[in-house]
Amino acid sequence: MLLKITFTQQRRVRLAQGLWLMSWLAVMSGAFIFCLGVYLKTELLRRAEVMDNTEIHVVPNILMMVGLVSIGTNWVATRVCQDSLDASRFPRWKLLLMAWFAVAVLLCCLLLAVVVLSYALQGRLEESLKVGLRNGIRFYKDTDVPGRCFQKETIDRLQMEFRCCGNNNFKDWFEVQWVSNRYLDFTSKDVKDRIRSNVDGRYLLDGVPFSCCNPASPRPCLQYHLTDNSAHYSYDYQAEELNLYSRGCRQALTDYYMEMMNSTGPGVLSVILIQMSVLVSLRYLQTAVEGATALEDPEGESVGYLLEKGVKETFEDVKANVLNILKFAQVDPSAAEGSPGAEDAEKPADNTTEKAASPTPSPAS
Amino acid sequence: MVVMKMKFPFQKRVKLAQGLWLLSWCATVAGATTFTLGCILKTELRRRAEVMDNQDIHIVPNTLMIVGLASLGINYFASKICQDALDAGRFPRWKNFLKPYFAVSCFFTVLMLLAAGLRNGIRFYKDTDTPGRCFQKQNIDRLQMEFQCCGNNDFRDWFEVQWISNRYLDFSSKEVKDRIKSNVDGRYLVDGVPFSCCNPSSPRPCIQYQLTNNSAHYNYDYQTEELNIYLRGCREALVNYYMGLMNTIGAGVLSIFLLQGSVLVSLRLLQTAMEAVAGKENTEIETEGYLLEKGVKETIMEYLDPVLKFFLLKNQVEEGSAAATPTPT
Repeated sequence: MLLKITFTQQRRVRLAQGLWLMSWLAVMSGAFIFCLGVYLKTELLRRAEVMDNTEIHVVPNILMMVGLVSIGTNWVATRVCQDSLDASRFPRWKLLLMAWFAVAVLLCCLLLAVVVLSYALQGRLEESLKVGLRNGIRFYKDTDVPGRCFQKETIDRLQMEFRCCGNNNFKDWFEVQWVSNRYLDFTSKDVKDRIRSNVDGRYLLDGVPFSCCNPASPRPCLQYHLTDNSAHYSYDYQAEELNLYSRGCRQALTDYYMEMMNSTGPGVLSVILIQMSVLVSLRYLQTAVEGATALEDPEGESVGYLLEKGVKETFEDVKANVLNILKFAQVDPSAAEGSPGAEDAEKPADNTTEKAASPTPSPAS
Repeated sequence: MVVMKMKFPFQKRVKLAQGLWLLSWCATVAGATTFTLGCILKTELRRRAEVMDNQDIHIVPNTLMIVGLASLGINYFASKICQDALDAGRFPRWKNFLKPYFAVSCFFTVLMLLAAGLRNGIRFYKDTDTPGRCFQKQNIDRLQMEFQCCGNNDFRDWFEVQWISNRYLDFSSKEVKDRIKSNVDGRYLVDGVPFSCCNPSSPRPCIQYQLTNNSAHYNYDYQTEELNIYLRGCREALVNYYMGLMNTIGAGVLSIFLLQGSVLVSLRLLQTAMEAVAGKENTEIETEGYLLEKGVKETIMEYLDPVLKFFLLKNQVEEGSAAATPTPT
């Protein structure tokens, strides 16, 4: 027996009461996990336009699913506790408890997986943001193309809210045409020069949109001719730090989401602890009550344990059971041969049962 | 003349006590909500303190916080009273407590109603004549971006002030010298606005400078351009924001006021119904409950009497001594 503890009747009652409270606490924490998942999902969906793929959504999805299942599981635990001290109602939970333990262990493993995933998927999130932001910057000028007409507003609001500029930094804006052709005077010399200066005929300039401007700068924002020191009074391109946001939006968004997921880490870990303690207490309660019902005096002392045999032997037992169940599901050739014989054996058995049934009416008639 | 007499058989008394217990716990939660609302409003007003002129507006959140705390206490006692109400042995100890309790509760409930109505007298937006100051610039920029507004009344306010610091002006340039000479005070005025006035919903990149000059920008008409910069003034934007906030809070407080009022009325009915039972052998008889024993006017005079006596506004002591002095002689 693993980790034996003796339980008097009083102690069993206390255990049942304490477990009932803890199960309700676990129900609350399940609801908390669900809400956490919903919050994370909403935040990810809000910025879905600058993300290329939805791989990162697996974290909030698992959280939501685990939250819901955990609410149901722990509610079942409260009902088990309520019936545990009633010797007539407790046995009906016997079969369900095996499944319950399996589900509870699965929930704890999933929660651990979530914690691991939220660190592991950081790279994928960055990749997704890199592609999404690159597209957003490319389609910034397409305010007249259906399907892309909101890209400008999205990118502008994103840059203002997260205090960032461009993908990696503000120089990303120098490489795309972010001014729409509708607002370019093609008769002007400056425009014609710029368009001829590159192969694709794009209007490239060393300027950024207004949303890159940093309000903390002491001088009014300089948006255009950023690389030209002589274009502005008392301006040095290399030394200027406060004029625009220096951070790239990919970095800003990754930091934001990583911080959110890290801050949920302690909450998830404490929920795992609560679930594990409910699991252990329920196991003790189950074995103690079963031990008590087997005694002559149900109110006497009984022994509660975690595992009947050692860890290895229990594992072997479980493996054998699972294989048996799988064997029944399989179509076995030996069973097919035996079945005609089995059928013949069944028929006389049926006849005998019928014969046994039929005499009973005859004495009455 | 009894106000609102109702008959209460035993079952009805029990139901009233149970319902009142539940209601008073709801009202406790509502009191906590009022307190939180007061805190929220106070923090919001503090955040914008630098652009607000009038400090009197802080009386609204202060009142809400006081009323919230008082209501927590009132409703806690109400629930304790109903728990004891059906136990004839324990109810009498609350007897002396109840009269002042009702007076205090009515006072605070009326105060709550007043706080919901105090919305006048908000004056915002200290005039920013010299927005070249470091922190002022950042504050105004963030304000304009957050509330999606430009200037005091509208964006033309920026044309009338020099919002570019002299540190960043090249005084040897002809353009700068022309502009400075163009007005009496020697200020560098431009027909441009800061970047924080730019509207992200505009389909074209933001036009900040030379706003009144149609030929300076391709395909641009100053008169018809609507989306380029925010057209709303910040004064209007701030007023709308705070009005909206007060309206929501006001609606919440009114509903809490109704809840508190119903708790008080039910408790009074329960008290008067239980008082008739006191001292009787059979506690399950039918009794009558009422709101006020005498009429409204007489009850108010009855309550105010001890208060007036305390403040010596009613010269009863002097009258009594004046009447007493002739008798010995």
